[in-house]
Amino acid sequence: MSVETETPAGKSYSVLPKTAPDGSIDGELLEVAMGPQHPSTHGVFRMDVVLDGETVVRLKPVFGYLHRNHEQIGESTSYLGSMPYTDRLDYFCSLTNNWAYALTVEKLAGLQPPERAEYIRVITAELTRLVNHTCLAGFLLMDMGALGTPLMYAFRERERILDLFEALTGARMMCNYMRFGGCRVDLPLGWIEDARKVVDEYSQFLDEFENLLNTNEILVARTQNVGVLPPELAVNASITGPMLRASGVDYDIRKVDKYGIYDRFEFRVPLGDHGDVYDRYMVRVLEMRESLKILQKALADIPAGPIMDPKAKIRGFRPKPGESYGRIEGPKGELGFYVISDGGPNPYRYRVRPPSLINLTILEDMCIGQTVADVVVILGSVDIVLGEVDR
Amino acid sequence: MLGSGIAKGMIETARNFVGSYTDESRLVTVEYPEERLPLKEASRNFPFLVYDGEDAAPGLRCVACQICEKECPPQCIYIVKDTAKKPDYLGKMQFQPRVFDIDVSVCMSCQICVEVCPFEAIKMDTEYELSTSDRFDGLLLKKEDLWKSNEYYQKIHPTEATEVDRRLAEEKAKAEAKAKADAEKAKAAADAKKAATATAATPSAPTSPAA
Repeated sequence: MSVETETPAGKSYSVLPKTAPDGSIDGELLEVAMGPQHPSTHGVFRMDVVLDGETVVRLKPVFGYLHRNHEQIGESTSYLGSMPYTDRLDYFCSLTNNWAYALTVEKLAGLQPPERAEYIRVITAELTRLVNHTCLAGFLLMDMGALGTPLMYAFRERERILDLFEALTGARMMCNYMRFGGCRVDLPLGWIEDARKVVDEYSQFLDEFENLLNTNEILVARTQNVGVLPPELAVNASITGPMLRASGVDYDIRKVDKYGIYDRFEFRVPLGDHGDVYDRYMVRVLEMRESLKILQKALADIPAGPIMDPKAKIRGFRPKPGESYGRIEGPKGELGFYVISDGGPNPYRYRVRPPSLINLTILEDMCIGQTVADVVVILGSVDIVLGEVDR
Repeated sequence: MLGSGIAKGMIETARNFVGSYTDESRLVTVEYPEERLPLKEASRNFPFLVYDGEDAAPGLRCVACQICEKECPPQCIYIVKDTAKKPDYLGKMQFQPRVFDIDVSVCMSCQICVEVCPFEAIKMDTEYELSTSDRFDGLLLKKEDLWKSNEYYQKIHPTEATEVDRRLAEEKAKAEAKAKADAEKAKAAADAKKAATATAATPSAPTSPAA
């Protein structure tokens, strides 16, 4: 026995209503639209949830509310002109977005950033990872009802890193810092000392944060065995980033591709065991510790020298015809750019592989059988930014 | 023991609460309109036009080449060239903008106009209190709102401005030296020519038809 349900999007699907042991239909299914104005959806994102009582039977993510034609704009502006738009993909991690795009175009044009630029890129990318994971932990806790404290602590620390970004790039969030073949400006005087201070004190904050949360009984009860993602499913759905590693799959592009100069740093890849929300939270906390190690080494080793490839040029940049795909391990997963050049001043095709969007496709599988309150927590643990999902 | 995790977290919160009274570094809030943090030197907000000297209109460095207008990703710059030319800092005659508008409601502060400008004419401002009750004309900055003196630029981005001034002075010195050398060369050439005509004229003098 099945019931046809008409969703606002127009697609109908059938769901089996709960049947009592004697065969009679027991209760009705309820369809709830969570979002797009729901505060727990991290932006304008809607979930059409079909509920049986409080249990989720079906869930359909609906996105596109923040679509702003990013890829089409990328094809109609110059290569450099797309750089500030990449800041606005995942607005928490503008520097890793810059890096992924710069890496792709460098592959296309055959540019090689000098050593100092590579170090600056690693430093800024790892600081971005700290910002992202710290904020994620804060938001996740807010989704669970811890309305102020963890998020405010996270934002207090984030502020110190944003100050570093502002001193270096001039902007706190929309950095627009990397260029094809290097970086825009050199580190200002005293920046490395400031960064070292922040990095050294960050582990103290992480201790504090973990003390506050890790063994908290409410957090444990709300997250353990919630939203379990089996490793096979994660691999099949091409999930990447901390979500994949929380399911126990050892896959980190920093280790696999060794892009930039990541082969020079010693760090471990934290893996989860159960693939539940708690593992996803812990993997991110542990990743921050590893990022701190990378940062300490990079800040100690950074050499002097130029920051731009002498072959690079700002005006009249026209790479040879060809195509390239560049990817990096962004804080949310594999962030890739695919660019085809026809020799003109703007790309013929410009495509983004956003980690948030692809990690979101698995939402239904994790949510079925859970309660509505858990859906909010599971969505929080996926770590989405709608600017990147919708582009 | 059940509840020990919560108790541990509560101790952490209490430490932060008490700490905010005793430890300066835990007290991070700034009460904005009354107190302000000093801006970072690199901070940027919207572009402005630099002029040299006392008067804005004749000292404007912009030569209306329209490169920034073309390169601006959100297309927020609008330039109309003036037909009259004016001398630039090297004394060369250059075009000047008759209209130079920046719509700061469209501008995304990406600094690409600054990077592509070959004349050091457009730079990033740090002014951030631009709220206005008129969101169309109030946010469309005209040439007169945009131009600011080189001294102002020195004040907001000292390191960068000093570097720019040094480069411009170097260029000027080079141009002057070149002009001087050119003048000398021209003079020498003229002298040589004169001498040549003189020497050519001397032997021909006896055989001139006038003789």
